[in-house]
Amino acid sequence: MRALIANGVRIDDTFAEAFGMRATALVVTADSAAWARQAAATMTGFATSVIGCGCEAAIDREIGEKQTPDRRPGVRVLLFAVSTSELQKQLAARVGQCVLTSPGSACYAGLEGEESLKLGNALRYFGDGWQISKRFGGKHYWRVPVLDGEFLCEATTGLTKQAVGGGNLLIMGESARSTLVAAEAAVKAIARVPDAITPFPGGIARSGSKVGSKYKSVKASTNDAYCPTLKGAVKSALDANVASVLEIVIDGLTPQAVADAMAAGLAAIVKLGPRRGAVRVGAGNYGGKLGPHHFHLKDLLP
Amino acid sequence: MKPLVLTLKERPAERLDLSPLLPHLLAGKSAAEIARIGVQTTRRPLIVGDVFRMRMGDVGRIHIEDGCDRLDWIGHGMTGGEIEVDGDVGSQAGRLMTGGRLTITGSAGPWAASGMRGGKIDIGGAAGDRLGGPLPGEMAGMRGGVVIVRGDAGERIGDRLRRGTIIVEGRAGAWAGSRMIAGTILVGGSAGPLPGYLMRRGTIVLASAAKLSPTFIDCGRHDLVALRLLAMFVGRYSTRAAKLLQRSLRRFAGDMAVLGKGEVFLAERSS
Repeated sequence: MRALIANGVRIDDTFAEAFGMRATALVVTADSAAWARQAAATMTGFATSVIGCGCEAAIDREIGEKQTPDRRPGVRVLLFAVSTSELQKQLAARVGQCVLTSPGSACYAGLEGEESLKLGNALRYFGDGWQISKRFGGKHYWRVPVLDGEFLCEATTGLTKQAVGGGNLLIMGESARSTLVAAEAAVKAIARVPDAITPFPGGIARSGSKVGSKYKSVKASTNDAYCPTLKGAVKSALDANVASVLEIVIDGLTPQAVADAMAAGLAAIVKLGPRRGAVRVGAGNYGGKLGPHHFHLKDLLP
Repeated sequence: MKPLVLTLKERPAERLDLSPLLPHLLAGKSAAEIARIGVQTTRRPLIVGDVFRMRMGDVGRIHIEDGCDRLDWIGHGMTGGEIEVDGDVGSQAGRLMTGGRLTITGSAGPWAASGMRGGKIDIGGAAGDRLGGPLPGEMAGMRGGVVIVRGDAGERIGDRLRRGTIIVEGRAGAWAGSRMIAGTILVGGSAGPLPGYLMRRGTIVLASAAKLSPTFIDCGRHDLVALRLLAMFVGRYSTRAAKLLQRSLRRFAGDMAVLGKGEVFLAERSS
């Protein structure tokens, strides 16, 4: 593998291989920014990977009270799944269990799409006949009576089929601590990119996986080539000086959003340099045959 | 391009049917063809050229000058474009309209916006009885669009309203929102007795009402997100009506004599 050096950080001549996904977006508002964040954090909990959680979801950004539909503080949430039906199921379950239940919350479409997913249309039955439909200004809302007043929810939200999941960066450092510093800097930079999320805890995955396993029933298993403790024992991708590897997985509403997010993360890591952060950055792929989207690191460098 | 201007020569001797004068019906017609369109409501033929002085222009924007209360069915079934009337109009202005803008600087007769499905009607003066309401025999009244009345409105506004928004900046007569199926009515001034009479669903917001039916139940004072959204929507058309929604509002559920899933919001006097 040929490599580039940027500010002392080695950039592998490789690419992240990503897949097409179905995605939607929501705007969750509440009386305070803290409660909007709480509702959004709850509904995006246990949504790190489609393999085990059904969907990948996270907060895209916070929205000031001047920009939200009801002029209260809000948060935009993105949800990604492998099929429209799974996305619909996850959307209804998560909004129903986590946003409807959160004090003072309201929920709006966060995406305009040619196709739509049921939002309030799926949750209105909670009103047991007392739900109220309101249409004005080209929008359709459902008002569901709840214990603190009313839960207001837009009837539908948009669906996009242009979404991309699986953009990634493999961040390699000489110590666990410096690798984490570099990964945190990258996540912070990616958070500022619109329409892209990093669904793992704090945006970072420490258990990057490969497809398959020696065990028949296990679909994904540890990416042994990048496990620092297995250097020498397996066909390792790591150099002698790499002591820790962290992965950032990125989902975006468009291929461009994923590319922008990877570029932002890469720039932050490069800026930090090898002494304080990572010594090397790679990306995960399956040889390029499985995923239609290839994001080459060398094209994304600042 | 300048609009097509029709100026009434004199107060007509009979009521006129102006329903053929719509942007989509006049499209592609020459000035001579438009002048020959019949507008009579009696057996005696009467054409546009007889009653109006005409200045040809863009038929997508029709301007009627010196309106009077004998001009019926203006904008009847309008699908798009713009009609502006300088002065009053007769009955059923904007009836069955599906799109476009109808602006009347004066007052409108009864059944304005009757059965309207979309678009916007702005009445500068007063509106007659049964604004948006159905004609006898029809199951539903207005079912979409927005009507704004800057002055007062007559009795039974929004009768059998099914969808859409009616905004009255002045006062409304008795039985506002009678037999409402759904939809939204706002009255910036006082409303006559028994608003929401036999309403099934829908929302009526009033600054005050002469007398509320005992079949409306006080649900208490609430600050609802839905009303904030409504205030923002209404604010595009009427700042006065939007202000009403910012006041402290008490919710009354009714009409319990029928389905009882409607609501009347009354502004509290103390605020």
